[in-house]
Amino acid sequence: MFILFESLDRDNRGCLSPDDFEALGGLAMNPIGGRIMEAFFSSGQDTVDFSSFVRILAHFRPTDRNRNKEGAQQELPSSRTRKLKFAFQLYDMDRDGKISREELLQVLRAMLGLQVTEEQLQSIAERAIQEADLDKDDAISFDEFKKSLEKTDIDTKMSVSFLK
Amino acid sequence: MILILLHGSRGEIPSKPIAATILPFVKPNDGVQTYPEDQKNNLPVFTMNYPRIQIPFEITLWVLLASFAKIGFHVYHKITIWVPESCLLISIGLIVGAIMHSVHEEPPAVLTSNVFFLYMLPLIVLESGYFMPTRPFFENIGTVFWFAVVGTLWNSIGIGISLFAICQIPAFGVQDINLQENLLFSAIISAVDPVAVLNVFEDVSVNEQLYIVVFGECLFNDAVTVVLYNMFSFVAEMPVVEPVDVFIGVARFFIVGLGGMAFGILFGFVAAFTTRFTSKVREIEPLFVFMYSYLAYLVAELFAISSIMAIITCALTMKYYVEENVSQRSCTTIRHVIKMVASISETLIFFFLGVVTITTDHEWNWGYILFTLLFAFVWRGLGILVLTQIINPFRTIPFNMKDQFGLAYGGLRGAVSFALAFTLPDTIGRKQLFVTATIAVILFTVFLQGISIRPLIEFINVRRTNRNLETINVEIHCRLMEHTMAGIEDLCGQWSRFYWKDKFMKFNNRILRKILIRDGRAESSIVALYKKLELQNAMEILDTASGNISAAPSIVSLSPNVELLMTKKFLAADLRNIHDILSKNMYKIRERTVAYRGKHALPNDSQTREILIRRHATIRRSLRPRSFQSSNVPRTHKYFSLPAGKSLESRFDAARWHYTDDHETLSEVAYPSQRSRFGKPARSSSSKAMIPLHRLGTLEEVPSTDVLNEESSSTGQGVFRTNSSYSDSRVPHPRRLYSLFDDNNSELGHVVLIQLRDWPHQEPSQGP
Repeated sequence: MFILFESLDRDNRGCLSPDDFEALGGLAMNPIGGRIMEAFFSSGQDTVDFSSFVRILAHFRPTDRNRNKEGAQQELPSSRTRKLKFAFQLYDMDRDGKISREELLQVLRAMLGLQVTEEQLQSIAERAIQEADLDKDDAISFDEFKKSLEKTDIDTKMSVSFLK
Repeated sequence: MILILLHGSRGEIPSKPIAATILPFVKPNDGVQTYPEDQKNNLPVFTMNYPRIQIPFEITLWVLLASFAKIGFHVYHKITIWVPESCLLISIGLIVGAIMHSVHEEPPAVLTSNVFFLYMLPLIVLESGYFMPTRPFFENIGTVFWFAVVGTLWNSIGIGISLFAICQIPAFGVQDINLQENLLFSAIISAVDPVAVLNVFEDVSVNEQLYIVVFGECLFNDAVTVVLYNMFSFVAEMPVVEPVDVFIGVARFFIVGLGGMAFGILFGFVAAFTTRFTSKVREIEPLFVFMYSYLAYLVAELFAISSIMAIITCALTMKYYVEENVSQRSCTTIRHVIKMVASISETLIFFFLGVVTITTDHEWNWGYILFTLLFAFVWRGLGILVLTQIINPFRTIPFNMKDQFGLAYGGLRGAVSFALAFTLPDTIGRKQLFVTATIAVILFTVFLQGISIRPLIEFINVRRTNRNLETINVEIHCRLMEHTMAGIEDLCGQWSRFYWKDKFMKFNNRILRKILIRDGRAESSIVALYKKLELQNAMEILDTASGNISAAPSIVSLSPNVELLMTKKFLAADLRNIHDILSKNMYKIRERTVAYRGKHALPNDSQTREILIRRHATIRRSLRPRSFQSSNVPRTHKYFSLPAGKSLESRFDAARWHYTDDHETLSEVAYPSQRSRFGKPARSSSSKAMIPLHRLGTLEEVPSTDVLNEESSSTGQGVFRTNSSYSDSRVPHPRRLYSLFDDNNSELGHVVLIQLRDWPHQEPSQGP
């Protein structure tokens, strides 16, 4: 992992800055590349040191399922929550603990880009919120987010195998 | 000519066990033979000509019989839980076979292996390929191919060699079977069968990974089976096997497998391309799907390459593009027809399996058969174990022991092996033994494993799946996660499946879609799902609105009319907008239909009402900046209705009429929603005091906003006023229609909303 860190760290300062991330072409083209970058730079810091780098990437470790004996969703609940939390943060840029309609719209706009008109975006976001929003506050809180994904196999989707 | 006919019919095998049918067969003989001699020929009042219709008649009767059996099973719900359908069908087949045998009838010659391979199997495989969940499939594609190819190879060679070893033991009396023949036989029975497996696994709902791997394996092991079968049958006739033959075999395998896929992809693309131009001939659109896939199958058979792979890849490639090009109706038709014919085919296969079991001559050899069973089981288990160990490190989610058990136990043999056994060349001395052994293996696996797999899986607690409800949320979040993963993998310098998927999607959007789809605009899966869901809901509300029958057809006929009109005049973009517009306001309906799905449960009114309130509030909020005139629209909503029967239809006629006259009248359609008032929230859905809606009349220029009064139910007509400022938006150009929708999009929807929403209210007696 440190090798990876070093290869990313172009100017060899021992920490990563936004430029290093942007140098990765693929990430730049990724619709939510910016948000992913934001996730690394937590709480207003300008640089990412190795430990926080690792900590973020640890979200994507595949969980070890065999040890868990309970129920149908055989993942360690904490790691699943962590993954969900990470995904939640990608939406929730202002870190207020809720995904507002505007934030959802931004993400949708980024992902769907030029394919849809504004109204369609609105209506899709509308529908999404009303599907998930149980306490009717017109925003999706983390619990509602978790609940809407309770049947989905998060672990399969958010794991990078080499991180084991 | 008649004599020729008779001669021909005498060659056909009398089929039906019903004794009565033998008689008609005899009659024409008599009648015709006397005919030439009888000079005084009276016009026969009543004739029967059975031989002429014999074959289609029999086929139809068999199909009907099998379908009745199927209906019969579902009468007893409990049975189908414990016993998979395939077992039941085989049992019925056994019974019928026993009856036939006792009457000394022959089974219908209809089930030859040619019929099976050319007519029955492609349909089943087409269905499997068409409805394969693509995303999980491509995620697991490596595992699938690994198991399919290497697993089958392992199985056949293992079983073959061990059987050969058994054959050496003189006690069993099968010493004359040499190695080649053993290998041939084992190639036949190591083929896991899609028909049987799917039948069983569908009910058990194991987790998705497991399901897709077993599914994929049994579909794709055909390539290996074909090669092995051909190779070994060729070799079985040769006294000596040389190493060069093995190499040829390997080369042949690649040709077979890859060739099959190549043909499939080729035909898939051609089919997609063809459907791009079928907008004028909607009725025959489904035909293209079937013809091209069948063509792929036949051409592959022509070259003796894996036809199953060809048809599956054809279906996979075709599906994505074709479903974009064809109309909604064609899409539904295609799906339904595929399912129907596949179901028939499957039913018939199992049925005949049972029948033929009784009526063929068997050669039973205890030792050989029992050991075959044993080895089949053992080698599969071993194979899965070893192979999983090898491939687990490459998988993101490794298979645990329980999964492996499920994989091993789910290896059911079925009809494919059966047909292959029948096509064995007669030069093989022990053909009957092989046939018997194959049937024994099939029956054993289907019955024993099929019946016991469900309780075992529950007992061992294999990871089960929760059938996902398709929701927009899940789709959005999954897409987000995929993008995230692509980004992270970029970060890690890893090229993995997300990367390839991303690349493929880009290629797809840039090039393929432009060529193959009529309006080749890139579309995200989120939007596609969204549209699909909204359309589904619209359709559902129309279905479940069991109220006004007279109005129902008009609604149903409206939507395709609208669609047709729309597609005639406007681009798909406009259509999308219209759907979009409608869908925005159909949200509330959707909530209803979620409750309807139970068919017995009453919808949760308070929830739907609340959502409706919120929905309209937001729409109004979004409307306000764009509205020409801010209206003090009360935040409550009313329920509108029409007097039972006529006006709804007339309303729709009006709407339809408006569409065709795409000018001034359209704006009328658009207006009223601005004025639509929403009544008291505290209203039960079965309330009767509704305001009759008014038929859209001429344009009226009344600037003020009217509040429709609930109590004015005595008046036959509420009035929708229009706004003078709207007249600006009446533009003759049809293109503007589109933008009209744009600006006043929610309004149109409101009208439709009201109309559609009224459905459940019309029958207060039946709880909506």
